[in-house]
Amino acid sequence: MAKKMKINDVIELLKDADVEALEGVTFEGDIELEIDETAAGIDSLFAYTMGQETAKIGLYLLNLARSVGYPVDQIAGMPAQPLAPSVPKLSKLIESKFSVGTNDEWKTQIQEVTLGATSSDGGTRGHTITLGGEKALPYYFDAPMPNRNYVTIDVFDMPIGMAKAVKSNYEDVMEDPGEWAKKVVKEFNADLVTIHLISTDPLLNDTPAVEASKTVEEVLQAVDVPIVIGGSGNPEKDPLVLERAAEVAEGERCLLASASLNLDYERIAAAANKYGHVVLSWTQLEINAQKELNRKLMKQCGVDRDRIIVDPTTAALGYGLDYAYSNMERIRLAGLIGDEELNFPMSSGTTNAWGAREAWMVSSPLKEDSDWGPREYRGPIWEIVTGLTLALGGNDLFMMMHPGAVKVLKEITQTLFGSIKTDEIDLSNWVAEVVA
Amino acid sequence: MKVNSPLQVYKYLPQTNCGECGEATCMAFASHLLDRSNKIEDCPPILDGKYKKKYLELSELLASEIREVIAGVGETAVKIGGDDVLYRHQLTFFDPTVLAYDVSDTMSEEELVGRVKKISEFKKFYVGAFLKVDMVAVRSTSNDPSKFKAAVKKVTETTTLPLILCSFNPEVLAAGLEVCADRKPILYAATKENWQQVSELALEHKTPVVLFSPGDLDELKTLAVSFKEIGINDIILDPGTYPRGEQLKTTFENFLKLRRAGIKEGQKDIAYPIMATPITSWMVNEDPITASYWETVLASVFTVKYGDMMIMHSIEPYALLPEVHIRSTIFTDPRTPVRVDPGVYEVGSPTKDSPVIITTNFALTYYTVESDISSNDINCYLATVDTDGIGVQASVAGGQLTAAKIKETFDNAGFDFKEKTSHNTVILPGMAARLQGDVEDTTGLNVKIGPPDSGRIFGWMETNWPPK
Ligand code: SF4
Repeated sequence: MAKKMKINDVIELLKDADVEALEGVTFEGDIELEIDETAAGIDSLFAYTMGQETAKIGLYLLNLARSVGYPVDQIAGMPAQPLAPSVPKLSKLIESKFSVGTNDEWKTQIQEVTLGATSSDGGTRGHTITLGGEKALPYYFDAPMPNRNYVTIDVFDMPIGMAKAVKSNYEDVMEDPGEWAKKVVKEFNADLVTIHLISTDPLLNDTPAVEASKTVEEVLQAVDVPIVIGGSGNPEKDPLVLERAAEVAEGERCLLASASLNLDYERIAAAANKYGHVVLSWTQLEINAQKELNRKLMKQCGVDRDRIIVDPTTAALGYGLDYAYSNMERIRLAGLIGDEELNFPMSSGTTNAWGAREAWMVSSPLKEDSDWGPREYRGPIWEIVTGLTLALGGNDLFMMMHPGAVKVLKEITQTLFGSIKTDEIDLSNWVAEVVA
Repeated sequence: MKVNSPLQVYKYLPQTNCGECGEATCMAFASHLLDRSNKIEDCPPILDGKYKKKYLELSELLASEIREVIAGVGETAVKIGGDDVLYRHQLTFFDPTVLAYDVSDTMSEEELVGRVKKISEFKKFYVGAFLKVDMVAVRSTSNDPSKFKAAVKKVTETTTLPLILCSFNPEVLAAGLEVCADRKPILYAATKENWQQVSELALEHKTPVVLFSPGDLDELKTLAVSFKEIGINDIILDPGTYPRGEQLKTTFENFLKLRRAGIKEGQKDIAYPIMATPITSWMVNEDPITASYWETVLASVFTVKYGDMMIMHSIEPYALLPEVHIRSTIFTDPRTPVRVDPGVYEVGSPTKDSPVIITTNFALTYYTVESDISSNDINCYLATVDTDGIGVQASVAGGQLTAAKIKETFDNAGFDFKEKTSHNTVILPGMAARLQGDVEDTTGLNVKIGPPDSGRIFGWMETNWPPK
């Protein structure tokens, strides 16, 4: 259906206007104006009336349409009368182009560090993994990221207490680090395995270093991915344990975790140099301490740049992640603008997320809180968000525990890295299309 | 912000040191304008006509690089945008990401009211205050103005939180505005198709409006420049949040580009708050837990990188808890001290039979322990050891929490166990169990090992206190 009007009624009004802009309005013969009543027609006529520079013509047309019974007032809930004060000034959009520059302060590349050695390099690993090499913040458009993020899953040399949601995945292998390592690689897609020799802690089993090193051999035989070797965290014993472990893993280019300022880092550095490993340089949320330790490792201990990875400490979401995130981001930015004591790949003990009570406690200890819901879903997302935040701060390697968390973290970091392709989706009507 | 020293700001102030602002001097006030803990309007004299020029100039100089848009009214009004830096350690990020959760106009009334209540009532205690969420987004899935209007009305009757009206149909938005324009909702969204009608609504009702141009920054800028020309300043940009694949990578880059243009390059015509829609996760994930997880992942990415407001769907605790926590992570002011003063604090009204509990002076640890204790009405002494602001587990590993430091804390505070307690006992955090022997030897006190998490102190006390 179309409304017809006498052209004479409007021709006067139109004479100064840009008639071409009246889409949906056609002249029929030379005496009548036909207004298309399809949605499109209404919209463009209405749009025209809304946008005309002088607005006068639109107002007249609108009134004209109203006078022939056209329900213009309902088209967009406009008030019937006082249109004049809010008459807009644009008939069409002001076309603009967006552009933005790249960051020219980022001139220094982050060191590339390779973990694992294959037979051609004197090791027995099936493949190697290279971390770092960035020339920009992670996933930024300034420069492509050369290496993706990697995940190493924790394996312990004795059964330990862990959150229920984590434990349920490992109950069958807890007594056997070799089987445990196989499981995380085969079933949970770990890129690397971390063997934590925690039983060496004098307050736990006080396992002698020689015996602990057998576990390392076991893990090296069980899987062919690069491995990370961790001590118990006891500053007196760790140098001994790591030294011995480094010896049995000679040539495998493992990551020794860790050298820190509060233990005999020289011995760990020496072991890495002698047996061909990489050192994890661990400090506690303090950028200057990180610089100091890296400097000592390089200058005093003679560790090559391509054998240093830093762990500036990971605090869990809600428990200091703000410090951990900004500390990492500052370290990475400093590295990119040329601080050669800080431009190393970074590693995160993402597993620390499980220390957050939100990750494992049955319910809130505070009666004022809203219900915390089932904990089996809280834990993994806590680990994911902790890791993801640090990924955005520049972290390269993630030490993790929950298989579901590993899967999601890999998916998001690899998506931002650019290696996950999917079908395109159309968002233009998401408001109505989201069904949930 | 175009100024960076108090002296520059001082030049524009009345310089009378009258003290009406609550600061002792105009110079002190100037430095608080810079760190944004005061606003110009806190100085009554400058509002006087004779300072008008200086007032206006100073307002311009102090304006944030990214425009600050206000939605809602009264206590629950939200500030969106307002940032001045690209990295939080450079100053701090202002105006925490506004978190909105959706309802739709095809939901049953019961479901709608139930969701709105959950959204409004959610709270999580954290470091002395409650974390909450901010807005309700009403989506028109019916595309029917009358249905939408009814849903919006119901929402306004159920909550005082501000609203986002979501539809690409101006008629629907207009119907919603009829029942909530006085609450200053946000209109979502103007597009290249409907911009004329939506701009008219925004002008008429003086509401903030979101410009939506999925994946096309030229078009987004075109809309922003045009809206500004029309006289609309309360603009929020939605470059589209694609939920997966290369489109998601591009989305991430678009957020970076917009914010870099606004802050680093000072491109005023694009320096508006940015909005993300993690809710699009539900377009590509069938399983509700997967969809909710991925939604939280998207929300986290865009909380960390420049999302000033966002719409989500899941209101499960495993979505809300990480979402409010990642927001507080990113928006906590890094200038606030990490440490509390070491000492022996009284929690509640301790007596000689009350426990003496040890913790570290890392502010987060201290406040967590303190709230766990006081929330459960436990009276005790809380000894806060100077660990250089490092938490328990890390300071035991790093050597900042030692028996000597613990002894020093009590000595410095003049805390005499003989006089203050009947039990001569301290409780070490479970994470510091390995210090037990050392502490016994160094202090001569009885040492009990508390739970590894202070949230369990209450339960622990039931079986372990008083000591036998
Ligand atoms: S109120 Fe204004 S004039 Fe008075 S001291 Fe404060 S800043 Fe200065």
